[in-house]
Amino acid sequence: MQFSKLAVAATAAAIVLGSPAFAQNSVLLPVIIELSGGGATVGNNWKNGVELAAAEVNAAGGILGKKVEIPAVDTQTNPGVARAAIQRALDDKPVAILGPIYSGSVKASMQLTADAEVPQIMGGEAGDLTAQGSKYIFRTSFGQNISMPKLANYLRDGEKAKSVAVVFVNNDFGKGGRDAIIKELNSRNIKVAADLSTEAGQADFAADVIKLKSANADAIFIYLNEEESARFLREAKKQGLNKPMIGETTLLGQKVIDLAGDAANGVKGHVGLTVDAPIPAVQEFGRKFQAKYNYKPDHNGLKGYISVYMVKAAAEKAGKLDPKAIAAALHGMTITPDKVPGILMEASWDNTGEIDRISFLAEVKDGKQVITQTLPKLKN
Amino acid sequence: MAEILQLVIAGLATGAIYALAAIGFTLLWQTSQTINFAQGEFVMLPAFFALVAMNWFGWPFWLSCLVAILVSVLLLGMVFKVIVVDPMLKQGVLPLVISTIALGLLLREGAKDFYSAEAQPFPYIFPDRQVSVLGVQLSLSQIGVLLIALAVIAALQLFLSRTRTGRQMQATAQNPTVARILGVPVERMILYTFIINAALAAMASLLISPIYLAKFSNGEHLGLAAFVAAIVGGFNQVRGAIAGGLLVGVIDNLAAAYVSTGYRQSVPLILLVLFILFRPQGLLGRREERAV
Amino acid sequence: MSRSALRWSLGLVLLGLVLVFVPVNLTDYGLPYPGLKRYGTYIMTLWLVTAVAAMGVNLIVGYSGQETLAQAAFLGIGAYTTALLTKAGIPFGLAFAASGLLAFVVGILLGIPALRVQKHYLAFVTLAFAVMAWLVFRNEQWLTGGVMGLSGIKRPVVFGINTRPFLTFYWFVLAVTAILTFCMWWMLRSPWGRAFTALRENPVRAESLGIDVRLYKLLTFAIGSAYGGFAGALYAPLVEFIDPSPFALSQSFLYLLMVVVGGAGSFLGPFVGAAIAVLLPEWLRFTETYYLLIYAFLVMLLMAFCPGGIVALVLRLKAALLPKAGKVQP
Repeated sequence: MQFSKLAVAATAAAIVLGSPAFAQNSVLLPVIIELSGGGATVGNNWKNGVELAAAEVNAAGGILGKKVEIPAVDTQTNPGVARAAIQRALDDKPVAILGPIYSGSVKASMQLTADAEVPQIMGGEAGDLTAQGSKYIFRTSFGQNISMPKLANYLRDGEKAKSVAVVFVNNDFGKGGRDAIIKELNSRNIKVAADLSTEAGQADFAADVIKLKSANADAIFIYLNEEESARFLREAKKQGLNKPMIGETTLLGQKVIDLAGDAANGVKGHVGLTVDAPIPAVQEFGRKFQAKYNYKPDHNGLKGYISVYMVKAAAEKAGKLDPKAIAAALHGMTITPDKVPGILMEASWDNTGEIDRISFLAEVKDGKQVITQTLPKLKN
Repeated sequence: MAEILQLVIAGLATGAIYALAAIGFTLLWQTSQTINFAQGEFVMLPAFFALVAMNWFGWPFWLSCLVAILVSVLLLGMVFKVIVVDPMLKQGVLPLVISTIALGLLLREGAKDFYSAEAQPFPYIFPDRQVSVLGVQLSLSQIGVLLIALAVIAALQLFLSRTRTGRQMQATAQNPTVARILGVPVERMILYTFIINAALAAMASLLISPIYLAKFSNGEHLGLAAFVAAIVGGFNQVRGAIAGGLLVGVIDNLAAAYVSTGYRQSVPLILLVLFILFRPQGLLGRREERAV
Repeated sequence: MSRSALRWSLGLVLLGLVLVFVPVNLTDYGLPYPGLKRYGTYIMTLWLVTAVAAMGVNLIVGYSGQETLAQAAFLGIGAYTTALLTKAGIPFGLAFAASGLLAFVVGILLGIPALRVQKHYLAFVTLAFAVMAWLVFRNEQWLTGGVMGLSGIKRPVVFGINTRPFLTFYWFVLAVTAILTFCMWWMLRSPWGRAFTALRENPVRAESLGIDVRLYKLLTFAIGSAYGGFAGALYAPLVEFIDPSPFALSQSFLYLLMVVVGGAGSFLGPFVGAAIAVLLPEWLRFTETYYLLIYAFLVMLLMAFCPGGIVALVLRLKAALLPKAGKVQP
């Protein structure tokens, strides 16, 4: 009696579970991204960037005449959830997957997109993502294998540092960055005065800052996620840690500046992408974004925006909306703003999905990121 | 040496905040057998009340803090007792435990959905400057936090031991049945403990949020810290909760500096298990007073 | 066969058939039912795995009146054990058994000291254990892969059948769940199991009847934890990737919540609770981020008005609507 009712209920459940959702005559680009959890800031930037680009592309007639659809799914900054979300998205036969940003989530899911032969345009920066042999993974920003040498050069030539204390976050992003920078520092004969691991989501940095005070290095290299960076900078200011603070894109991002307040002033470093770049198209993007979403985008907003135009350019080069052909077209492709204005800055992808583009040195002054130097592309 | 001193002071400052949360936890347990698994969220939320007052209504910071405390007393004190705890008491301990777990989830998700999933900057109550004491650089803000927390605790102790209402509350906490026979208005006393818990949680929230940044998920860590502090201190003593809080704060900082950042969280928990096994009455608790 | 027994076995067969065919596309056989795709089947499998873990919680919470806040940690122990052993080339069957056994042993080790002290202290000790297990999963990168997790976990080959395809794996998990469910049912019906219930209803009386209360509590805790280990052993090949996040403390809270919501101490409770935790969010996708908010709110309502959970609520409604049907309840 009870069981037969359960059986009926289970059948009903099954029917609801198995419902198809998307029309076939659109370009389906599922956005699998961090909308909550530790990556909420970066994920929302990415999602809004994608939305902005998709609205523009659709207004201009879509990709190869078809409208872009961008259903967003939250990964909760959790690799397992990201994996399940991508599995689900792949059932609907997408043209490409946009996201995630956290390298751990990318690593957990990239085998799925490779098996399904669907390009995955993601925001992960861990150095080894492009070294896994997937023909379907594409970066929107530098991997650590490219950004860290630039940073180490800056520490040697710009800061003239003889010893550097490294603070990193104990996740895929932080560990990858830590390994890369220490290798680069060693090869430049810069001493690593302290090598401090911190936890993702760590709330209290008092102990870490006190340890850094006694380490007495010439400069401190900070490689944490947004919120942790801000907490660290606030604690450093509170405790009077007066050393040059150097970082990569994240540390100089708008979110960190907003959260840290004047504790962010004086922070310097290398920035792969920024809306403050001295390039009119990029600044114009910043204004459009600000007008629509009422906050200043960070580099992930740019990455999300560019990802849609990457699909558009590659699909038009391939001449068809075939995921496999689009991935093949992106390999070895250079997209220039005069052909595709939405790409904002000239960018090239090699056969592993690695990106090459100009980048910048920057500093935070009076609560604003100021570009001090432009670094050229690695290969021309 | 200077390093250890700085670590201890920083630990005392956060520990004092844990103590504020732990005291309320203990009070609720004593007077109404409520193990409040939403205690961490009770500390997370008041900062958002202040943020709403500041950012949506444009009120000044001091007024917003006051509003945050008042709203907390109302919602996390009175409404919590009347709507959540009272109907549950007749159902027994487990449903109440489950209900507070669900309440914690509700508050966390509520702060996320209705305010923001991202961390929010929260102003310091004290200027973030340093003072030099005996050649050691100390943060003014940390000392301020420590002083405020200790002042609040001292005021509470005075209230509990010197006023009639305070003594009636203590009587209720120790043995509600006897207190009732002696003519103590037990129901009202229980309501007072809920109000005090909410006020202490709000204080803790205003003090910790400049350091942690206001975020919906802060409760997870804070709840655990308060919980460990309460048990280590002895579940039946306000003084115990204070000692427990300070101890957890200091140990946490020393562990972070000298054990490993990866396992810093485990050190207070090992302490918790050791206490449960070898000194279940806690640091300052007395064995015979324990209920259940 | 009596009428009620006949009805029971008929219902059971029907339920079994539905569960077996739920994900299958029946349109080829002339039936208007499209089945479930890869993701729908994945979610159904996840429901079964979750239900196995919840059964263990139910044994601890519902049948012996204790509290556990570490089921997700036991799931983790099982998942990492299975992942590491199968990656080392050990057959899945052995890895599965080892996962349950390890969880059982850890359960005993945790229970012996904790049960010496007062009632709620087992809950506190399990809470501390849950956090520490999670820290080990996170920090011991050489073993667990740390935050990067372990990938490339293979689905087993059973009697020569590779369970890699999602449908085959669903059936495999369904079979394992059925066996584990039967074991639990048999255990609870045995004289030994009846002692649990006696113990929950009246510990003092149970003790006076010569039941060693502490031994029973210890064993129920360890067996319940072993079910967590078994669930973990199924979880690892289901997701084919594990990292520490599904085994965090907050997840343990959710396991406790789902058992109480379904109905602690009722045999079907864990299945209902797991369905609400795993299947319902898929249905209620339109509620998006508000799902957990609504869920938490409903749990509080349920606790205030019907702490016996949904199973009790359904029985109560039924008794109110059909006064006669209430009497023949098993």
